Amino acid sequence: MGFLILNRVFQAALVMIVVAMAAFVLSNYVGDPISNMVGQEATQEDRDQLREDLGLNDPAPVQFVRFIGNALQGDFGISYRLQRPVSDLVAERLPATLELVMVSAIFALVVGIPLGIFTALYRTFWGSRLILTVSLAGVSLPTFVVGILLIYVFSVTLQWLPSFGRGETTALGGWTTGLLTVDGWRAIIMPAITLGLYQLTLILRLVRAEMLEVLRTDYIKFARARGLTNRAINFGHALKNTMIPVITIVGLNIGGLIAFSIVTETVFQWPGMGLLFVQAVQFADVPVMSAYLVLASLIFVLTNLVVDILYVVIDPRLRTERRVKAGV
Amino acid sequence: MTDQQAHIPHQSLGSRMVDGIRRFAGSDLLYSFVRQPVVVVAFLITVIFILAAIFAPLVAPHDPFNPASLSLMDSFFPPSWVEGGDARFLLGTDNQGRDIFSTIIYGARISLMVGFAAVVFSIALGVLVGLISGFVGGWFDALLMRFADIQLTIPGLLIALLVDGIARTALPSDMREEIAIYVVIFAIGISNWPQYARVARSGAMSEKVKDYVASARIIGTPSWVILLRHVLPNILGPVLVLGTIGLALAITSEATLSFLGVGVPPTTPSLGTLIRIGNDFLFSGEWWITLFPSGALVVLVLAVNLLGDWLRDALNPKLR
Repeated sequence: MGFLILNRVFQAALVMIVVAMAAFVLSNYVGDPISNMVGQEATQEDRDQLREDLGLNDPAPVQFVRFIGNALQGDFGISYRLQRPVSDLVAERLPATLELVMVSAIFALVVGIPLGIFTALYRTFWGSRLILTVSLAGVSLPTFVVGILLIYVFSVTLQWLPSFGRGETTALGGWTTGLLTVDGWRAIIMPAITLGLYQLTLILRLVRAEMLEVLRTDYIKFARARGLTNRAINFGHALKNTMIPVITIVGLNIGGLIAFSIVTETVFQWPGMGLLFVQAVQFADVPVMSAYLVLASLIFVLTNLVVDILYVVIDPRLRTERRVKAGV
Repeated sequence: MTDQQAHIPHQSLGSRMVDGIRRFAGSDLLYSFVRQPVVVVAFLITVIFILAAIFAPLVAPHDPFNPASLSLMDSFFPPSWVEGGDARFLLGTDNQGRDIFSTIIYGARISLMVGFAAVVFSIALGVLVGLISGFVGGWFDALLMRFADIQLTIPGLLIALLVDGIARTALPSDMREEIAIYVVIFAIGISNWPQYARVARSGAMSEKVKDYVASARIIGTPSWVILLRHVLPNILGPVLVLGTIGLALAITSEATLSFLGVGVPPTTPSLGTLIRIGNDFLFSGEWWITLFPSGALVVLVLAVNLLGDWLRDALNPKLR
């Protein structure tokens, strides 16, 4: 097992090195960093001097090491568009995105798992079929269309919920949260549903499929023969084994949630990392783009790593299979 | 299949086609198609969209991109059945007086074109990498597949956005509008190739140990001929099924990029661009400008998805 985890850690480190290289190439070779920093009136000498000062004439490996060193200290340079340090911008925007992702993940789990169990246990009930059909439509609805529909119904027509922003936020040290005020909760409802809907349908279908699979196994039949109550069988025995793949998928989809928060944040003008990134892409703001790339990849890689390790820890079969294959 | 045809070279093309149609009429595939009305409807919707896209200038009642035929007097008409609507404009008009129904048809044309091109690009790249990787094996295979793994760690949308952003930075600004469509195709295509590479690779690995490959090698056929003429046709089935589902994904990705304002430019709007433009008028009550293109997009994506799902299940012998 130690070997497996070591292998995963090695792979994660490899991904981060590749991502860092991409970010480095992006910041140093795409476009001319100098012309993005100086004004029109700068002379050629000024430019050369700046180039020398910034170390852009050094060999590429030296620059790469310096880039990594700066990145580790959270220094990604200064945004071309906003003329502020990228690290400050990210620190301001990160809480908004993490809160949105967290609330929508919880929403997807809390609604998706019970619905999945329900549709598996009452397979022939018309309500289950309806839920499944609707969930198929949910997979095909692009995120931004869901957002627009919600805004049209609940903001424009009914005027129940705000259509943009985070509402009232409270500062807790360096972290601003919208989850302590009623206003903040009203603002997060629609973005969280928009972002979580796809994950919800995914979880629903997965829980249903796994549950149906588990209910067919011998140990469930045996439990039934022992005369256990339905409740004990369904929730004590079956649900436990259903949860293993669900944990994996949920963990792996944190990455998807972060990526699609870009779309949700644009629809609802949510002041998070995603909105920052989209604006950076529109205005070719390279430092912000490369910082987002590194940060988002770091989150994906870490969640993947944790999920991989958890999976091995939770499921003993994986450990033995590896051992048999290795001939130990 | 190509091998079988090679044995009967004297049959005429016509009789071969009749033969093929007869075989198709008796196939499981057609049977399972006719048995499921939802799939038939999805197929019809997809065909209608494709035909409307191809013959857009003939089908659309107005030419929304000809400035001469536009009049600002016609702007913001609601759909024809709503009070204040105009019979000339079935689904209403937008802020520039363009007929929504016509812009949807032209928009679907761009959406489908970009979607198809992106999928073809992904398949070409993925299959090429997968075939070589699976056939050659060794460190070459390990390297390429590790690279695919790394890319699969990062969601496709993010990769497409990044590629798009890099292209915007690297290209001179006066060229951006013109080649924006190609940039979008490239960005979506490059973000999806690993799936096809994996399928092609596992196919190539199971095919390369078969006797026909060994026979071809014995008679001195060069490796690339074996790969392209003998192995490729045998692994193409699953790749094309994946491609159908991939088309729905590519159309959604294009719409998403365009909605974010980094996709297809407003001069040749796709469905996503139309939704983006219309979104600005949602709050002032002109809901039709954004909701009709949204509806068209959802129906198109849902139909292609249903078709892909059905094709996957129908061709999967385990589910029969």
